[in-house]
Amino acid sequence: MRAALLLPIAALLLAGPVAAAPRTHVVVIDQMRFGPVPQGVRAGDTIRWINRDIFRHTATARNGSFSIDLAPRAQGRTVVAKAGKIPFYCKYHPGMTAVLGVAK
Amino acid sequence: MIQKSIFPVASVAAALLAAAAGTPAAAVGEAPTDPQIAHIAYTAGVIDIAAARQALAKSKNATVRGFAQEMVRDHEAVNVAALDLVKKLKVTPADNPTSAALTKQAKADERRLAALNGRAFDRAYLANEAAYHKAVNGALDKTLIPSSDNAELKSLLQTGLKLFREHQAHAEHLAAELK
Repeated sequence: MRAALLLPIAALLLAGPVAAAPRTHVVVIDQMRFGPVPQGVRAGDTIRWINRDIFRHTATARNGSFSIDLAPRAQGRTVVAKAGKIPFYCKYHPGMTAVLGVAK
Repeated sequence: MIQKSIFPVASVAAALLAAAAGTPAAAVGEAPTDPQIAHIAYTAGVIDIAAARQALAKSKNATVRGFAQEMVRDHEAVNVAALDLVKKLKVTPADNPTSAALTKQAKADERRLAALNGRAFDRAYLANEAAYHKAVNGALDKTLIPSSDNAELKSLLQTGLKLFREHQAHAEHLAAELK
């Protein structure tokens, strides 16, 4: 009885460290610029985009892995599915560019 | 084509530089006042919105239309913020020779562009946009921002300059692509 109860727990412990839970990171868009890009982003994490400008912007990955259209003073979320160095830009203001590093 | 686009630019630049010198309405060396600066900035936005509406009426090029839509959206946003600010500050924008010269020049540009169609129109519109933003940015940087007294007005003009520099670069890039 007791062994039967402990067994699943032991199995869990033996399975090794559980993959870190997905986290949420913030990127602020202000004054026609993407703010500092977060470090330590992993595939499966969420980016919360906060547009502080009075202008509409997008955050669009050049590899197509994410794109979000943000109304003035709005915010939104995207999930970064793939690992890699992902350059992104604003479709409306193509001079606005940055690179997001995503680990596996 | 290029020759044609340089002339209006020179005129816009001359009109804006006249503001810098405070001529012809005011004494030489006199900087524009905040109510005049607000009027000039607002007028410059209105002009670009009108140019964009003309492009949306005439152009069939998706890229050009996208750019024109961006101009309408962004310049309207700045002008709404400008109106909110002058209301808050209880400032009445003051008409002035620079605003009048800009409007006069814009009407001439509109007529010139109205005579063009298709690719010729698209090219002329983008060339004009690049040149117009360049002239306005020069005036903002050299005259309007340094001359503005109110901190909130100065801040809005600085935001405008960042936006319009992006517009200028975007227009230059698209103009080069269309050649």
